[in-house]
Amino acid sequence: MTAVFPRPSITQSTASPWRRTKSALMTSALALALVVAAVPLVLIIAYVLAKGWSSVTTPGWFSGDIPILSRSEGPGMGPAITGTLMITGAATAMAVPLGLLGGIYLNEYSAGSRYGKVIRFFADVMTGVPSIVMGLFVFVIWVLSFGLSAFAGALALGCLMLPIVIRTSEEMLKLVPSELRESAYALGGRKAGTIIRVVLPAAAPGIISGALLAVARAAGETAPLIFTIGFVNQANTSLFNDPNTALSTQIFKNANSVFPGPVARAWGAALTLIGIVFVFTILARIASALLARKHQP
Amino acid sequence: MTAVAAPPTLAGSPRPPGLVTDRVVRVVVFVAGALVLVILALIAYTMINRALPAFRSEGWSYFTSDVWDPARSKYGTLAFTFGTVLVSGIALVLAVPVSVGIALFTTEVAPRWLRKPVTYLVDLLAAVPSVVFGLWGLLVLAPTLPGFYQGWHDLFSGVPLLGSLFDGEPIAQRTFMTAGIVLAIMITPIITSVARETFATVPQSLKDAAHALGATRWEMIRAAVLPHSRGGLTAGILIGLGRALGETIAVALVIGSSPQISAKLFGSGDAAASVIALQWGEASDGTYRAALIGLGVVLFAVTLIVGVVARAIVARTDRHAGGSA
Repeated sequence: MTAVFPRPSITQSTASPWRRTKSALMTSALALALVVAAVPLVLIIAYVLAKGWSSVTTPGWFSGDIPILSRSEGPGMGPAITGTLMITGAATAMAVPLGLLGGIYLNEYSAGSRYGKVIRFFADVMTGVPSIVMGLFVFVIWVLSFGLSAFAGALALGCLMLPIVIRTSEEMLKLVPSELRESAYALGGRKAGTIIRVVLPAAAPGIISGALLAVARAAGETAPLIFTIGFVNQANTSLFNDPNTALSTQIFKNANSVFPGPVARAWGAALTLIGIVFVFTILARIASALLARKHQP
Repeated sequence: MTAVAAPPTLAGSPRPPGLVTDRVVRVVVFVAGALVLVILALIAYTMINRALPAFRSEGWSYFTSDVWDPARSKYGTLAFTFGTVLVSGIALVLAVPVSVGIALFTTEVAPRWLRKPVTYLVDLLAAVPSVVFGLWGLLVLAPTLPGFYQGWHDLFSGVPLLGSLFDGEPIAQRTFMTAGIVLAIMITPIITSVARETFATVPQSLKDAAHALGATRWEMIRAAVLPHSRGGLTAGILIGLGRALGETIAVALVIGSSPQISAKLFGSGDAAASVIALQWGEASDGTYRAALIGLGVVLFAVTLIVGVVARAIVARTDRHAGGSA
């Protein structure tokens, strides 16, 4: 515990007016920094809402096909919404279990081992690898042999999510008090059984929160999908066969258009995508709030 | 120690329950952890392999030439490297003071009840997809900028060095500067969160000591918080730099796509990652595609080095903090 002493009042009186003014000025500058960062956030959300709202509320936005003639006006992002959900879902199904297992290795099995340190280090480094590199990588190892598909996109997003899930799971497992493990051992539990029945349930909300943040990050990615899924105008519900499409790649493709129709669809897709991403982010907040409540005595 | 002693071989004694599961789980989790190393190694091997035709046919001029002309099979990437470095530099110059300011405000200045909302707000900025930043940058921000650019240009037009820096020939909407501004917004939450965690590790005793010596709040920050956080801040800046170097989509939409080496911030340019995304569709022939994958290899190598340095600094400062606590 660090005892916080009440600040002696002489501080205020001995500092010269200039020093106090300077301190107040610099402190206000720090607050100003927050405003500087908040302005673009507010502007972006306001513009996406204002410009995307009319597209999203047009009937057929969520179900209709994307117009084949790209400059025509009117709604339809159904295939892209299906694609985004499918690709992100498949990526989650691969990356979250593997990442959780990796996190379990790091926290429960690797104590003091050199492999553990190396893996932790490179998992951190891997979170900094640009997403476009993951896309090119999956293009080289998968698309060249098996063609464009939603699954190829999922592989690229999975590579992005894996290190994030590994590190957040490890951090959450670290929070589980070792007394819990020791009590389970004292009752005759073996290591694996203890982890599965005692440690994982205790850390579950935190792990879910970390996984959801990784999902949110993956759902918004564009660069890895350019090389792996292609473009289509009609929904393709096959995971492994034929090109697919996603909200993010549709935004990228339509943003540069000189026609009003595709630009309106880009704004609508941006609003839909931000909606999906924010839902996952808020769910993650709720999960971690649950964890915080659980750890309060 | 993990050496498992051989179980006593009593004839007919049953295996202890759970022993097999135990061993299987140990192997499975190890394999899952090692997957990180396998993927990184595979990325390096397969992509270098695919990029070799371009490296072979161009030799060193792949890195040293600024002539990128696929029609004549010339693949020199210097202009893209230049653009990437320039744009990331602009982004850091703009984002670092703001990020450090927000982090200091959150940890040292803001009342306790305000800290969590501020953290949420900054995290929300991190949740916005990069393509949405690009869309907004292209359609909303970029059209408003040439006016400001022109003002700066006129202000500094007589000054020797700055005059040519704040120029465009012509001053455009989509420029190095526009890309730098959008990137700065995107990396601010990343640098902020690392800086915030670093400032939170500064011992309260140091701050109390500064106050006890009569320091004002700002003097306390200068004397106690910042010197103690130098390592963590460096790491945070490097992590932000890594993100800026590799950001593709937002930059692709606002940089203007004209490969040129000129330090004119208000003119159009090009950057390595965005070139890959923008030209991928046209690159059907082998060497063209290999040259683009080669750019990916360069990005991978550079971000790997930046990442390793950053994490090594974090690991070292963690040890120091652990030692002094």
